[in-house]
This record gives sequence, structure tokens and C-alpha cells, in this order.
Amino acid sequence: MPFRVDNHWEKAMSKVRVLVGTRKGAFILTADGKREKWDVSGPHFAGWEMYHVKGSPADPNRLYASQSSGWFGQLIQRSDDGGKTWHQPGTPPGEVPAPGPPKAASNKFVYDASDATGRPLTTHQWYDGTQHPWEFKRVWHLEPSLTEPNTVYAGVEDAAIFRSTDGGENWQELSGLRGHGTGPKWQPGAGGMCLHTIILDPSNPERMWIAISAAGAFRTDDAGKSWKPINRGLRSQYIPDPNAEIGHCVHHIAMNTSRPGVLFMQKHWDVMRSDDAGDNWKEISGNLPTDFGFVIDVHAHEPETVYVVPIKSDSEHFVPDGKLRVFRSRTGGNEWEALTNGLPQRDCYVNVLRDAMAIDSLDKCGVYFGTSGGQVYASADAGDSWAPIVRDLPAVLSVEVQTLP
Amino acid sequence: MLPQHLRTLAQVGAEVELEVEAPVNLRSALDALEARYPMLRGTIRDQVTQQRRPFLRFFACEEDLSHEPPDAPLPDAVASGKEPLLIIGAIAGG
Repeated sequence: MPFRVDNHWEKAMSKVRVLVGTRKGAFILTADGKREKWDVSGPHFAGWEMYHVKGSPADPNRLYASQSSGWFGQLIQRSDDGGKTWHQPGTPPGEVPAPGPPKAASNKFVYDASDATGRPLTTHQWYDGTQHPWEFKRVWHLEPSLTEPNTVYAGVEDAAIFRSTDGGENWQELSGLRGHGTGPKWQPGAGGMCLHTIILDPSNPERMWIAISAAGAFRTDDAGKSWKPINRGLRSQYIPDPNAEIGHCVHHIAMNTSRPGVLFMQKHWDVMRSDDAGDNWKEISGNLPTDFGFVIDVHAHEPETVYVVPIKSDSEHFVPDGKLRVFRSRTGGNEWEALTNGLPQRDCYVNVLRDAMAIDSLDKCGVYFGTSGGQVYASADAGDSWAPIVRDLPAVLSVEVQTLP
Repeated sequence: MLPQHLRTLAQVGAEVELEVEAPVNLRSALDALEARYPMLRGTIRDQVTQQRRPFLRFFACEEDLSHEPPDAPLPDAVASGKEPLLIIGAIAGG
């Protein structure tokens, strides 16, 4: 006989932890499963740009954070206690550094140009069409392994993917991506040439997807050794060949873990879906007021329910008509409804960046997003109604959520 | 002397004292700083190229040493500990 966990009991016992990266520090927002009363912790790393903070699915107390600064470069921070304390991997808290060569290498991202495993460090296209050297700038996205707490992937600018298998202490490039052949044609988007999306396939440890602005989407089927562009069906009017194999400004890709072959994409313009793991894409923008935007995400339990936040245009990075509206499709695209209950519907001109939406796995699932105005909104009923958790943080760069027992 | 964010990172005050083996120059001073405080590695000079980060400058004895070769001797007053080597972050944003 099937056993069904009582929903009220689950909500009372569960907990959610929202990890927010902002332009001036990180914040951790926690609540029980009702998601009504929130505790706010932070700022962590005050004054630093926190591009991304994400927890390990294999060990929820293991958090990774990308800490960045125009003055001081890139750092990686790790917490082993759910964000109470942090350290740079390689320099455990409280340990007096020994004399001799420094141990910490957690912020050392070196493109692999070695003969044995690497690819020649070629150039890529610059904004003006000339070739430009590959230069590491920052980590945009950290994606912890689904099964190994010490394994984590980093998507970086200039675009490449790195992997650490020792908890973020040392990083090795998966150079097959940068070196697979189209690299010299990649070019930066307005925000830089960043690898901003990494999706791991829970049903196939050999498969993952990544996306780069402005090169497009790529997939590996051999755990990162080789990669291929998966951009068939994308059409971008702003490049010489609108149907080119690469050069598309993909802003974000999302997937429901129960259905790994189906992907949803917010491109620069156009909302897209693929039903064959990215081999082919079709447009699902439908009745959206504008199909420019950054975020896209999928309901935790309904794989045909998708969320986007339309932004007016690529020259006006704010929501249209002064109204902050999340749009939800329950049909896998094309038919969208505006979700406005609890969101400002006048004089609102914020943006929502590509990594700034997340969805928990409670029933009903919670939806969270952060804005350039420093608000983090939460919905405990899959988007039907919204309330701000916080209103006045620094501009939000990223939002992730952990559903905890 | 360190910028505020690096003091926070290393959990130190504004000024740190270091034993630097001769010859005392920018390279050996920064090597000693990073050996004592490994969390600062990569924050003052790039991990790979060892180039000074562009928004940081090195001053000492009322001189700008930012563009000096890393192996050029530091002033005697710095080497002897009478004067500090100042690592200064660019002031921006206002």
C-alpha cells in the first residue's frame, strides 16, 4: 500500500536555505517548510562580489562560493557547516600557515595547454572581431557533483570549465571544451565571455550540458573529455549567419531532474525547448510580452511547468511596463500566464539575472528570485503568490535554494 | 600595510611584520607575505603571470614602486623595518 507523507508534517519538519550572492556580499536566508518566517544571515564576505553560492546535493552542509573582486581577483570559499563558517580550501580555519611555499591554490585557475592533457591556448574573437588572448577573469558558476561532496565544477570567464575533486583546493580544466575546434570563433557577450550554466545529468554521470555567452550550448557524453555544440534550431539575428553552429548568446538553461532529456533555454531573445537533450531546439516564446530575459527554471514536480521573467530588451534591462511579473507555462511553453500576486505592478524597473532564480522541492514547491534592486522574493505555492524575504540587499547576482530535512 | 579587504581575509590588522630573507625586494617581500598568509595568494599578484593586479600599487618612503622590477632592492628603510611597504588599493566609486 502506498504511503503518503502528510504534507503539513513535511512542511513543519523541513527547512529551506536560500543562498544569495550579491554585488557586495553573500546572504543566507533560512525558514521552515512553511516558508513564512525567515532568518537572514550576512553579509558574508562583505564588500566582495559573490557571483554564485551553491550547496552540494550529496552533503547539504558543504557549500561552495565564488568570491570575486576587481581589485583582488578570484577566491573560492567553502563551508562545511551550512554557511556558519567559511574557509578558502587549502587554508582550514584556525590553522597557522606553515613556513615555506603557500598551500592555498584554490583560486588558481590555469588553462590546460599541456601536451599530455591540454589544448593549445588559442585566441578567441573580441568585441571588434579581432582575435584576443584567453585570460582568466572570474568564476561565474559553481556546480557541485550530485554524488561526491568534494567534486565541484566551475564555469569561468574567459569561457572554460574546470573541475576540482578535492573540495575546491585544486582545479583542472576540462580542456576538450575550449579546444574542440570552434573556440577561436567564440566571442564575449556584454557581460564577458562567461561559462555561466552547468547542468549535470542525474541519470548519466557521463553527460553534462554547459552554456556560454556568446558561444551557445554544448554537451559532453564522455564526462567532459569531448564536447559538441548543440545549437540547432537557435536563430540569432544579431550574428552574420543567424543559424550558425556557434555564436548564440544563450543566457540560461534549466532542466527537471526527473526528465533529463528535456531542456528549457532563455536565449538573449527567444525562449526555447529541446526534447532530445539539446540536439534540436524549438521556440516556445508564445504569448510572452517580450522574450528577452535571463532566468528560466522548471517546477520541481511538474516537468512541463516553466518559469521566466521577461525583460524589456537588450538595451533596456528592466521589466516591461514597470511591472515585475514572473510568467509561468504549465504546458511546456507557448502558453504563459503572468504571476503578479504580491509583486510590484507599478514603477518597478529591476532586472533579474541568469542565476538569480531557484526552486525548492517541497510540495507545493517554492520559487525564489532576486533582483538588481536587492529584493529576494519567495513563493511557497509554486508562483501563485509572492512575498519579499528581504527588500534592500545589494544587487542580487545569484539565488540558490536547498531543501533540507 | 594592507588594504582593508585583505586584512579581513588574512584576519590581521592594517600592518603585518614579516621576516624577509635577503635580498629584500618586492618579490621576496610578497613571497614572505603569501607564505605567512596563504589566503592572500593571488590577491595582490596574478597566480599565473605574477603580475601586480592593476588596481593595486606599491608605495614606500614616499615613492611609487609599482612599476619597479620585482627584483629591484627595496629602500634600506623598508628592508630594515623602519618604514612600511604600503600595498594600496585604488580608490574608486565616487
